Parts: sequence; structure tokens; C-alpha cells
Amino acid sequence: MTQVSVLATQTSSSSLGEANVAAIASFLVFVSITLVITFWASRRTRTSAQFFAAGGKISAAQNGFALAGDYMSAASFLGIAGMVSMSGFDGLIYSVGWLVGWPVITFLIAEPLRNLGKYTFADVVAYRLRQRPVRIAAAISTLTVVSFYLIAQMVGAGELIQLMFGIEYRWAIVLVGGVMLLYVLFGGMIATTWVQIIKACLLLLGATLLAILVLAEFGFSPLELFAAAQRKYPDAMSPGAQVANPLDAISLGIALMFGTAGLPHILMRFYTVPDASTARRSVAYATSLIGFFYLVTFILGFGASVLVGREGIAKFGAKGNMAAPLLAETLGGTPFLGFISAVAFATILAVVAGLTLSGAAALAHDLWGHVVRKGKVDEQAQLRVARYATVGLAALAVALGVVFEGQNVAYMVGLAFAIAASANFPALLLSMTWKRFTTRGAVASMITGTVSTLVLILLSPAVWKDLLHHPEAIQPLKNPGVITVPLSFLVGIVVSLSSREPEAEAAFAEAQHRMHFGPTKP
Amino acid sequence: MDQATQDRLRAVVARRWRIGSALTAVMMLGYFGFIFLVAFDKPTAGTLIADGRVSIGIVLGALVIVLAPILTAIYVRWANRHYDPAVHALREHDKPPPDAA
Repeated sequence: MTQVSVLATQTSSSSLGEANVAAIASFLVFVSITLVITFWASRRTRTSAQFFAAGGKISAAQNGFALAGDYMSAASFLGIAGMVSMSGFDGLIYSVGWLVGWPVITFLIAEPLRNLGKYTFADVVAYRLRQRPVRIAAAISTLTVVSFYLIAQMVGAGELIQLMFGIEYRWAIVLVGGVMLLYVLFGGMIATTWVQIIKACLLLLGATLLAILVLAEFGFSPLELFAAAQRKYPDAMSPGAQVANPLDAISLGIALMFGTAGLPHILMRFYTVPDASTARRSVAYATSLIGFFYLVTFILGFGASVLVGREGIAKFGAKGNMAAPLLAETLGGTPFLGFISAVAFATILAVVAGLTLSGAAALAHDLWGHVVRKGKVDEQAQLRVARYATVGLAALAVALGVVFEGQNVAYMVGLAFAIAASANFPALLLSMTWKRFTTRGAVASMITGTVSTLVLILLSPAVWKDLLHHPEAIQPLKNPGVITVPLSFLVGIVVSLSSREPEAEAAFAEAQHRMHFGPTKP
Repeated sequence: MDQATQDRLRAVVARRWRIGSALTAVMMLGYFGFIFLVAFDKPTAGTLIADGRVSIGIVLGALVIVLAPILTAIYVRWANRHYDPAVHALREHDKPPPDAA
């Protein structure tokens, strides 16, 4: 989408895309407050433990909001509301899918992860195994997930900000990269956590206010809203094109469900709390907040389809991404549009900061600390490396945003989830539960997960047919989760069974002990 | 750690994995049940209820969303009430007695 085409589609009925005083004011207030917090946090960021894990001093409620902030991206706010407004029921499949991975984190991952690890999920996988091969494989999968997630966020950010604020695409990308860099570079995890908390509160506040305004139009009855949506668009109530192929729906479901439990920037947040019990309670907060948010988004989507209309929304993009902002303008005028636009901008900033921090942890802690320095690290040197890595990743994020300008990157978040589900989740679960799991098994599973997902995506309709313009896709699945997740489990198990690793087996009892008792010495 | 304590730790740990796996299975059943219904029986998912105002699929989808925090709450409640005290008791037991120091 070029700037010209965006501007050409605008009509005088909406002030979307013009410099909006309320939007700029809200955004400046947000950036000023978060930069003050960053300055405050920078004086508390003197060690690696503070930089990567906020010194383990974040409370359950704080981490719950921060987890929700990390997860509720502009893609889910704008994308799901848009999808619901344009196609009704199908959008619901996505909101459900984005949530169901969270209980899995609570039940299986959060507590052992907190007790066994320090800064990254690789700490857990490598706990009983040989450090270097596992760390290299985990860093590769982490950086792959982070890169694809970053592409989706940065390209989305550029287009969104261009559309909402009228800033040119490249400047929008540089602005996001620059402000995010300040947060992470100086404030580390402490600043990033507070940016997430503020953003989560703003997003929940904005979305809830908007939903209340919508429901007020229908006598505060969601049923009346659904009935009105159905009268206007009779197809809104039943499954449509999104689930044309049942296997696709199931495959996406697997990637979303297990991918959430393998996202490095989410897993990293469990190290910011003092103990496993707090980690567990923090996911409970996050799950409730995210669930509430998706229910609200659903109301916004239907509200937009009734009150703005699909035709009006489609003028600003066929996918309907502008449904929520347009709804805000319809119900609350230009100031409310400005506020919602600023919230969307803040959302992107916060998610990009979280991603960058987890990438920096993989580079500085896993690769530099454990592979280059073989675990013999000087704290100050590691912090320095982490800051270089942050600058490098910020530059990478801006570069990716520029390179992928105008590309349809909608499949990239799904891809990031598929890699996280197949490369990270099986290795993480097997390392915690299976005594016979070996270094070779872990490396084989992580590499298989990353490579098989990338190859199947390359051969999928979205890339092979739509992007590379071949006549037919080589494999029909939009999301390869249904193949790659079981494959990674299978490879991890078969390779582990093919040879024994007595050291890893011998350390299993100690790891189990620590997994449940925590790192405290008896 | 003596043999009896080790056995008790193993029992507590096994119980946590059992409960965690069971709740995960319930979540998967709810979610994939919804997806299978939507994927393989669209007419049922699209059937209107409540005086034709809303479809079964939409109600079920909302219920799956609500199920996630409910299951999480059940687990957190169990873990706070039973798991944490059990682990705490074992950890205290594991400490060398003060007079042995």
C-alpha cells in the first residue's frame, strides 16, 4: 500500500489520516511519561539481572498487566475488530485461538520455567544438557521468531501511523525504532515492563469505553447488537471463508495454542517475578485481562459493522483494520479517534520493545555468555553486550520495516507462532518432563521445528503463490502447525532414544527438585 | 534428602503434572471441539438461538474464551491451597535440624 493510494481512498467523511490534535497530544503525553519512567528506570538498571529481568522484583498483578501488554498487539486490537466487522463470525475463531494458549502456559510452563531459568527459555532447555549446542539452536529459533514478529509489527506500524497521523511510512518506522530503542537501551526490563503496564491499561480503558458507547446504542444488550448486525449482514452469524478448509483451521489452532507457550518475549517475563507462585498468579491475571479484551474487541467489531458499515470501513483497507478507529470517530468524534490512534501507536511501541529485549537476551546471554564466553561472564561486560545487541536489533527492526514496505505481512505473525510452537515448545516441555531427553534430541527438535516451518511456509499459498507468483502452491496449508509441531516432538524423542546421555539423566532428579523447590538452597 | 521425603516430593510433583495435564486436556477439548464444530458442521454452528438474535457458534466461542480464565483460576486456587503448602512443608522438612548445625 503506497501513501498515494491510501490518501486517494480517503473521503471527507472521516478525519482519519489528517494531523489530529488529540492524537498528537495523547501520543506526546504517552511518550513523555514513558520517557520519564525510562529515565527513572535507567538509574535502577546497573546489572544484567536488572536489565533482563527487572531484578525479579515485579509483582503478580504488575506482571499480569505487562504480559497482557506484551501480547495484545495492535494486530489483535485492530486486526480482530476489523475481521469481525468485515466477516462477522470468522473473526471470533482468531480471538479464541489467541487466548487458549495461556492456560497451557499456566498449567505446564510458568512455574518450572521460573524456578529453572535466569533470563531466557534456553536456560531451562540447557539446564541438564550440554550448554553450547542447545544455546546455539535456541538462539537461532528465538531470533527467527523475533525477526518475523518484528517484521509484522514494524510494517503494520508504518502503515498504521501513516494512515492515522499522516506521517510518511519511513519516518513512522524510524520513530517507532528510535523511541523503542530509548526504552530498552536505557531502561531495560524495568522500563519495558512499565511501558507494557501503561499501554495495557490505556488499551483496556480505550477499548472498554468504546464498547460501552457501542452497547449504549443497543440498550446495553449484546444480543440486540448481534441481532442488528445480523439484520444488516445476514452472513455475520455463521462460519465463512476463513474456515473453507477444515485442516487449515485446525493447523492454525495448533500453532496458536502451543505457540503462545513458546514465544521468547512472553516466556522471558516469568523471570521478572520473585518466585514460581507469583509467576503462576501473574498468568492468571494476564489470562483474565486478555480474555476480557477479546470479548470487548468482538463487541467493537460487530459495533463497527452496524454503526460504521462494511462499505465505510473498506474505504480504509479491505481487511477492515481501521474499523475500531472509525467506530471511535463515529461515537466519540475526532478527539476519541485521536485517543484510540495514540493507543494503537503506544501498543506497537511496547510490543516492539518487548521483542527487542528478548532478542537481546538471546544474543547477550545465550550466544555471547554461554557460547562465546562458555558461561564465564563478567556481569558488566554482559550488560554492555546486551546494549550493543539492543542497538543492533533496533537497526534491524527499522531495516526490516523498510525492506518489507508494502508487502502483505499478515501471515508473518502466524509464522512466528508456528515456529515458536514447533521449535521452542516441544524442546521446552520434553526437557522438563522426560529424563531420557538428550542434547542431540533437543538440538534436532529445535532445528527441525524452525527449518520445517520455514520451508512449509515458503511452499504455502501465501508465499509460493501470492508472493512468488507461481501458479499453484506446493503444499496447501496456510499454517503448517499440524505437521511441524508433531514432527518436532517426534524428532526430539526418536533422536534422544537413539543414544544415551548419562550426565543428563543423572541431573534429572536435581532438576526436578529445583523445578519445584526453586533455586533456594536448603 | 532421605528416601521418604524423596518419595513424597515425587508424589507431589506427579500430582501437579497430572492436574496440569488434565486441565490442559480440558482446554484443548473445549477449543478443538469448537474448531471441529466450526470446520465440519457449519450449519449447526450457524443455527440461530435466542429468538434468532445470535448463533450457537458465537455463544460457544464466547464460552471457550470464558473457559480459559476459569480453568486458570481453578488451577491457581488448587496450587495456592495444596501445592504450595505441600512443597513448603517438604522444604522445611528437608532443612537440616537446627541442633545438627
